[in-house]
Parts: sequence; C-alpha cells; structure tokens
Amino acid sequence: MIRLFKKLGAWGAVLPLLGYCAIALGLPVWAILWEGLHQTNPTTQQTSVTLANLTSSWHGIYLTGLLTSLRLSLLSSVISAVVGLFAAYAIAQSKGRYFKQAVLTASGVLANFGGIPLAFCFIATIGTGGVFLSWIEDVWPSFSLETFSGVALVYPYFLVPLMVLTTLPALDGLREQWKEASANLGGTAWQYWRHVGGPLLLPAALGGFVLCFGSAFAAYATAKALTSGTVPLVTTQIANILSGNVIAGEDNLGMALAFNTIIICGLMMAVYLPLRQRSAKWLES
Amino acid sequence: MTTISEQSPAAAVDAPPRRRGPDLRRVRWWRVVVLGVLAVYFLVPLASTFWFTVYTPGTKKFSLAPYGQMFGAAGFTTSVRMTVEVALLTIVILYALLIPAMIAVQLRLPKLKPVLESLAMVPLVLSPVALVVGVQTVLGWGLNQDPGTPLFQFAADLQNQSFPIILPIVYVVIALPFAYRSLEAGLRSVDLKTLVEASRGLGASWPVTIWRAVLPNLRSGLLSGAILTLALVFGEYTISSILQFLPFSVWIVQDGQGATSGQLAPAVSLLSLLLTWAVLFLVSFLGGRRAVGRPDRSS
Repeated sequence: MIRLFKKLGAWGAVLPLLGYCAIALGLPVWAILWEGLHQTNPTTQQTSVTLANLTSSWHGIYLTGLLTSLRLSLLSSVISAVVGLFAAYAIAQSKGRYFKQAVLTASGVLANFGGIPLAFCFIATIGTGGVFLSWIEDVWPSFSLETFSGVALVYPYFLVPLMVLTTLPALDGLREQWKEASANLGGTAWQYWRHVGGPLLLPAALGGFVLCFGSAFAAYATAKALTSGTVPLVTTQIANILSGNVIAGEDNLGMALAFNTIIICGLMMAVYLPLRQRSAKWLES
Repeated sequence: MTTISEQSPAAAVDAPPRRRGPDLRRVRWWRVVVLGVLAVYFLVPLASTFWFTVYTPGTKKFSLAPYGQMFGAAGFTTSVRMTVEVALLTIVILYALLIPAMIAVQLRLPKLKPVLESLAMVPLVLSPVALVVGVQTVLGWGLNQDPGTPLFQFAADLQNQSFPIILPIVYVVIALPFAYRSLEAGLRSVDLKTLVEASRGLGASWPVTIWRAVLPNLRSGLLSGAILTLALVFGEYTISSILQFLPFSVWIVQDGQGATSGQLAPAVSLLSLLLTWAVLFLVSFLGGRRAVGRPDRSS
C-alpha cells in the first residue's frame, strides 16, 4: 500500500513534465504533420487529405535544398565528430583541474553559441574585409564565406563543443586499470584501442556524431546570416516560405518541408537512442 | 618454477614504466597539436571580433565606445527588460517541471530514466524553424476561432507584444537538453537516496526535504543550467524573429546596428559570450570539490 502511494507520488512529479512536453513539443509537431497532409481548396474552402505538398517538397529546388542540407550536415558533422573525439580524449587525459573545468564550461557555452553572433564572428575574421581573409586566400584562393565550404567551415564552431560534451563522460569512464591490464597481458596500444577502448567508446562516439549531424541539419540563423540564402538549405527555405514568399496554392508547402525535417529528426533519434543505451549500460556497470 | 616466480614480479614492475614512457610522450605531443589547432580555431574569430569592434579602419582609431553605447541606444532597455523577464519565466517553468521529475525518477522510477533522457535530446535535433512552423500553426488554429471565444482570447494573449508568453513556453522546450544535462551532472555528484532518507527520517516533509536538503546540494548544477538558459534566451533569434517579436537578440540585429557602423551588435554578442563563460566557470567551483571532479569510480 505504502509502495503504491510512493509510486503514485513519483508519477505525480513526472507527469507535469511529460504533459508539458506533449503540449509544447507534441502539439506543434502534430500540427505540422496534420497540415502537411492537408490542403485547402482556395475556391471551395474545402480541406482535403493530399500528398501533393509532400511530393512537391521532394522535387525541384526543394529537393536541391534537402540534398544540400544533408551534404552540409554530413560533411561538417564528420569533421566535428573526428576532431571533437580527439579533443575530448586530450581533455580527458589532462590532469589540470582548472583547465578541464574551463574547457568543459566553454564547451557548454559554445555548443549553444550559434546564429547571428557566430556569423558576426566569422565575418569579422574571414568575411569580406575580415582581418584574416588574406591569409586564407593565400592557401585557398577561391574561398568565400558565403559558399557551401564557408558554411561548412563555420559549423564545427558549435558542433565540436557538442561532440566534446557528449563523448567526454564516456572517455572519463575509461579506467586507467583497463589500460594497465591490457599492457600487463602484453597488449600494445593498438590492441588496447582495437579490443577494449574502441568498442567501449564506439556507441558514445557514434551517438555524438548523430547528434552533431542533427544539430547541423537543424541550424538556420547561422547559415542565413552567412549566406543570405545563396546556399539553398531546407531551413532557410522554410523560413522564406513562412515570411510570405510563396506561390499561391502552396501555402502548406512550408509544412511539408518542416514535415521532412521532422522525419529526418525522427531517424536521427531512432539511431541515437539505442546507441546511447548501450554506451550507458557499459559505463555505469 | 622458482626462477619464473622470482622473475615475473620484477618483469611486471619493470614493464609498465618502459612501455608507458614513450607512450606518455607521444600522447603529450599530439595533445598539444590537437588543442593548439582548436585553440586557434576557437580563439581567432573571437579576437578578430574584438578587433573589429574597437578599431575603425577609416579613421584608424581605437575606441571602446561600442561597449558603452549599447546602454544608451533607443529601445535597449525595453528589449532587455522583456528578454530578462522571458528568461526568468523560462527558468522558473523549466525548473518547476524538471526538478521534481528528475528527483522522482532517480529515487522511485529508474525505468523512466531513458524516456526522460530521450525527451531531453529531441530539441537538440529538432530544427527551431520546424518547431516555430508548428507553433505558428497551432496559434493560427486558435486565432481562426471567432473573436471573443476563450480559445481566440487565449491564442491572442499568448502573443501579447509587450510580454509574449508563447516565447517562454517554447524556450522551455529548447532549453530542456542543457538544463537536463546540468541537473544530471549535479545529481550524479550527490548521494540523493541517503540525503532524502536522512531528511525524511528526521521528520521533514517532502517540500522541506527538497528545499533544504536537496536543492542546496544541487546549487552548482542548478546555477549552470540557469545561466545556460539565460544565455540561450538572450541569443535566440530564429523563433522570436519568425513570430515577429522584438526581444534583445532581434532588436540588436534590426535596430541596434544603424547608428554605430555595425560595431554594436558584435560587441554585445562578444561581451555576453565571455560573461556567460566566466560566470559558468566560477559557478562550477561553487559546489566544492565533489561537484567539480567527477567522483572517480575506479578508486
């Protein structure tokens, strides 16, 4: 009886959060899915179920936008994941308490640092008239911040810290004794990473990569401020449609585009969550 | 037999240092390279931004004026006050929902932990643009009702220009991953079960236990979560600009730029970034040694 009460009390503490998410997160997502699958006939004002929005969101410039978004996210997240993993290992190895704490808090702030301020920073550095533009042009003459490669150079600024934040707990969880045990059994450093460290880290590293990918895919303000729309991305296209640049009869096209990003977000979570569970199981044992 | 047993301990003692010596040096070498390249990548843009804000190439003059000017610019106080209010309300709602839920899950419903964890991850990959499309649609449904009906009134109230309640509601979702992570780190460094049992055993009620025993032990995590949320609200642009509100982040881009040759906005973002980091860094030492270093499970 008492146990039942305790369980009920605990549920009472959790339910407000779940309910809130259902309304503030679930309702908008549901609205997109619903509107994306419906269309209002302008003459009769009749609303009907249709796949027209979705099919047009997979053609022409919108397909280009989707593919560019995917390419940009893949490129920047691969770079960020590799660099971030090495950075996280270097940080995990360091003994300095202040250094570690400074880097950790900086990662927390920088993973959050995106959008217009970030664009400002890079425009002041290597944008037109930027302080270091001539340096970059020496090694890469055709470089411009307003292109695909320019954006791909900026994205790691918030993706690498995100990768560090997600993989550092796993790297901290690697115990020194395992390395010693492996060495005592005659294992080389390569064998240690191949058979002990690598498999332990893999779920966390892949999870961090997926998170970086999703985060890059979702970014909007940074790309918009950098390129003012010259690089077609799903997110900038959605915002364009929202701000009224639509062809008549395509009112729900923005919904369909948002629908696509939600599907991709769902795929990301479907990959990430099982990885996260595996990683947690090993590290908390 | 005896020779082996005599030699093997010596070999075991001997081997690790020999192997570790070069290993350690190699580790240090690539560590310096990785961290050095990253330091350049992360610090140079900040330094150039600072240079850009204090140096005017036309007149070849240095001046810290943009850092003072922001306080006098028209619309500054209105937008800052609104943003601070929105941020505070966001933090209050976020913690009112998150603290009880996380404590309950930790103590009584460990099976729900993966659910909570996944929920706290969704906003990281969900595009704010997509979210705001949905929010706008839902608000539109409300406004499509006849004026005067409660639902219409509610949707209109949510979008009140001077204090749009819809912003904190959405920001709570966006800030969830960061607040969750900070609280989680705080909870991990405290033996919550013992703490609660001791307090309850001495006759304290649940609210008193949470207020007097649990929260003081979580203060470092709570503070860093609150600061990250504050920074997020101050920097958030996508949602508020698409919903056409004028908080600080939108004001600085739209109105704050003209008068000062574009130096004001970078100055503000640079200042807020460094301030946030400095405060977070100091706060991370508040919790004492236990909260700082993760408890070393290997020892």
